[in-house]
Amino acid sequence: MPFIPHTEDDTRAMLATCGVDSIEDLFDEIPPELRADALDGIPAGRDELAVSRLLHARAAENAQPLCFSGAGAYEHHIPAAVWEITTRGEYYSAYTPYQAEASQGTLQLLYEFQTMMAELTAMEVANASLYDGATALAEAVLMAVRANRKSKARRIFMPRTVHPRYRDVMQTIVRHQGITLELLDYNSAGGHIDPASLPAEPGDITALVIPQPNFFGVLEDADALTDWAHTHGALVIGVVNPTAMAVITPPGEWGVLDENRGADIVCGEGQPLGIPLASGGPYFGFMCCKQKIVRQMPGRIIGATVDLEGKRGYVLTLQAREQHIRRSKATSNICTNQGLMTTAATIYMTVMGPTGLERVARQCHANTRALVQRLGETDGVETLFDRPGFHERVLRLPRPAGEVLAELAERSILGGVDLAADYPELGHALLVCATETRSEADIDAYAKALAEVLG
Amino acid sequence: MSNEPLIFEHSRPGRVNRAQSAHLGGNLDGIPESLRRKQPPRLPEVSELDAVRHYTRLSQKNFSIDTHFYPLGSCTMKYNPRACNTLASLPGFLGQHPLSAERDSQGILACLWDLQEMLKEVTGMTAVSLTPMAGAQGEFAGVAMIRAYHDARGDNARTEILVPDAAHGTNPATATMCGYKVREIPTDTHGDIDIEALMAAVGPQTAGIMLTNPSTLGVFERRIHEIARIVHEAGGLLYYDGANLNAILGKVKPGDMDFDVIHMNLHKTFSTPHGGGGPGAGPVGVSERLQPFMPIPVVGRDDSGAFRWLDERDLPQTIGRLSAHMGNTGILLRAYIYALMLGREGMVRIADYATLNANYLMARLRDAGFDMALPERRATHEFILTLKHQAREPGVTAMDFAKRLLDYGFHAPTTYFPLIIPECLLIEPTETESKQTLDAFVEAMAAIQAEAEKDIETLKGAPYSLPVRRLDDVKAARKLDLRWQAEA
Ligand SMILES: Cc1ncc(COP(=O)(O)O)c(C=O)c1O
Repeated sequence: MPFIPHTEDDTRAMLATCGVDSIEDLFDEIPPELRADALDGIPAGRDELAVSRLLHARAAENAQPLCFSGAGAYEHHIPAAVWEITTRGEYYSAYTPYQAEASQGTLQLLYEFQTMMAELTAMEVANASLYDGATALAEAVLMAVRANRKSKARRIFMPRTVHPRYRDVMQTIVRHQGITLELLDYNSAGGHIDPASLPAEPGDITALVIPQPNFFGVLEDADALTDWAHTHGALVIGVVNPTAMAVITPPGEWGVLDENRGADIVCGEGQPLGIPLASGGPYFGFMCCKQKIVRQMPGRIIGATVDLEGKRGYVLTLQAREQHIRRSKATSNICTNQGLMTTAATIYMTVMGPTGLERVARQCHANTRALVQRLGETDGVETLFDRPGFHERVLRLPRPAGEVLAELAERSILGGVDLAADYPELGHALLVCATETRSEADIDAYAKALAEVLG
Repeated sequence: MSNEPLIFEHSRPGRVNRAQSAHLGGNLDGIPESLRRKQPPRLPEVSELDAVRHYTRLSQKNFSIDTHFYPLGSCTMKYNPRACNTLASLPGFLGQHPLSAERDSQGILACLWDLQEMLKEVTGMTAVSLTPMAGAQGEFAGVAMIRAYHDARGDNARTEILVPDAAHGTNPATATMCGYKVREIPTDTHGDIDIEALMAAVGPQTAGIMLTNPSTLGVFERRIHEIARIVHEAGGLLYYDGANLNAILGKVKPGDMDFDVIHMNLHKTFSTPHGGGGPGAGPVGVSERLQPFMPIPVVGRDDSGAFRWLDERDLPQTIGRLSAHMGNTGILLRAYIYALMLGREGMVRIADYATLNANYLMARLRDAGFDMALPERRATHEFILTLKHQAREPGVTAMDFAKRLLDYGFHAPTTYFPLIIPECLLIEPTETESKQTLDAFVEAMAAIQAEAEKDIETLKGAPYSLPVRRLDDVKAARKLDLRWQAEA
């Protein structure tokens, strides 16, 4: 029997101990009228070999063109050591570290993870993960409402330069709590939120969200936005790309006003840190904050402590925030998080180190610039937005991007993300990205294919 | 076991792993100084060997299913077949960008479609959405659908969700996130919902009830039809927390119990790994009346047989998206592979042997002198032992037993949940454990009981053989130390 070790003798002896004649007798408390018919709609079981054949065939049906798409999920090289270690059974098949003494491996690793995320963002503390970047932003908004005690308005300023799907998820999650998300439009020349366009007297605002880089790959004027928000009593929620953190100003240092410097809450998608693309998941969301509001943070948090003999060890801490203790008054309903993904991310950041991560970031930036330049050589292709960017860029094509992408796909190129549905005002706009995994030859191939398609 | 320093303490300035980044670099042209980072983050600077050795050593400080019996109630810690990981990690799956064209994603879409169909069959529900990323998110989707249903009918008076007092904490927390007040329903002395109290609680303000069956007390809720009738007659809907589906797979279908929505924890019943805390997958199954509100995306099929994503254009009344893409696809894939290997007979066998193991272990522990919380009831896939007598005399708690079990090489059962049973251990052996393992566990429990009778200090000081002795939780919360700090 697959995955069931019982011999016939075992089963017989066990039934005798239970005092019943058959396994069926053990279900005698279920009302008979509820007993289900056979599972006819499920195929018969197959052995590992047959399933392996099927899955290899299915994997082969996924075409994998040369990827120039980003939009929140980036193809980076993942050092071999990362998943070799992550899939060790001791990490892979452990539960949430509730029994701390039997989980010191996972707990110490998560404490290291929290440190690394706090370092990367220049924030004081981090949690041990949320589901993904989009839900992390929704949780950050809910946290800001709890943490900003002076604000009563439950009003969040939300730039349109935040990832459109993140904004969708936020709507789904926060809509039941009387929170208003007020959209801020972007500057059409820069593709950023122009601080000068913000109201001088905005009234009671709970928080301002600042994406860095934003969905267009454009770098926001985070200093000015942060100072504006803090001046008006709003908290700042940064939503950042962790790779970018290696080279651009981290949210803990945003703002030039001395008092209250830095973002208050920072979140984002952790996928660039060693997680495969895998059709969108599992990834992980991360969240960092200022220590003074850590009691409002959702999700698990690991803390250091000592044992009976004074030896250092690690435990889940501040559990009184969480659903298993606080129930209907918890900071969030989250329980299971994305533990294994943070394991991989911790090992990724360790293997890469500060130098490796910076080199990756620099290479991504250089590749995207080279890509934009090459594609711009084709007649009718223009680059939108004149503000500095990182790693991703918006182009305008002479024809609908959807059509062009379909024709590029025939040439085995995933040419970027069509922005027509989310930003119709941009015309035939296409979001492109070239990470460190794209070679000069790859970029060349894309440029040639685009010239053919538009030619 | 020796202390393993923090990775930061292994760090030496200037140590760089050239194998990963020697050829990489480039200038930051176009990014003005004012936007550039001034100080690099203090990530560890170690060799690849340092990293591999450190994280391998840390792993050895964990208990896991692969190394220990892990009878953690409500968590279904069964063996995670290796084939599921190997096949889900084929490059054709791992390399796929989430915004790939549907035409280029038919392989993964076919797998997800098949899984949707299988979960429909197992639950007896009309439709399934795979997108929720864990049980709690499935709960959120379910309660949000209940709300959307009432709202669509203009029925705005329903402000309360009923939750049994034995429920998992995610249930009440979810109801709050969906903007509902939570009203607790007590449990009767036999472990069933108190029907009188339920009848007194329902009314025009009732949006629905969240029920777990088998309940978190490890017993089957026998009067489920009556509960369904009472809540439906009051105009409320029924939410089924399917975290305990392992016990009834192929035996009972929640759809047949008149439930409107169910979430499943694939990281329990369908054996995807817990990964030290996640990721999971919490698909939802819905009845016909909630189908229009399902979270997107859902896998659909067009006339030519090709698979495609259904979104707000197909489901205009959807509660919306729950993740930036399509949920924890790689976990769904593992569950699919597991389901293929089990097949229809294998699924029913899971319920059979999970139930046999639980009842056997319960009988053996009872014979060894332990008290069961609900002695007259059958166990489902799990059961509750209470140490309330031991807590009074000789004065050892469930926590003490749990910590001492670790010394005997067993992960502790779930302790202090459900909250309504004093000094409890919630024990779930799962079907993948052998009689021999269960027997060894009983021996360990009996030995610990004997130790407790001789000298309670033996238990109070446990564990002794792990990397650390008992840890001070109170200190951790009082004197927060949440990260390493470089010395100034
Ligand atoms: C009964 C029950 N309901 C809900 C959940 C929540 O599931 P998850 O941890 O996947 O969010 C759990 C598991 O932790 C559970 O045991």
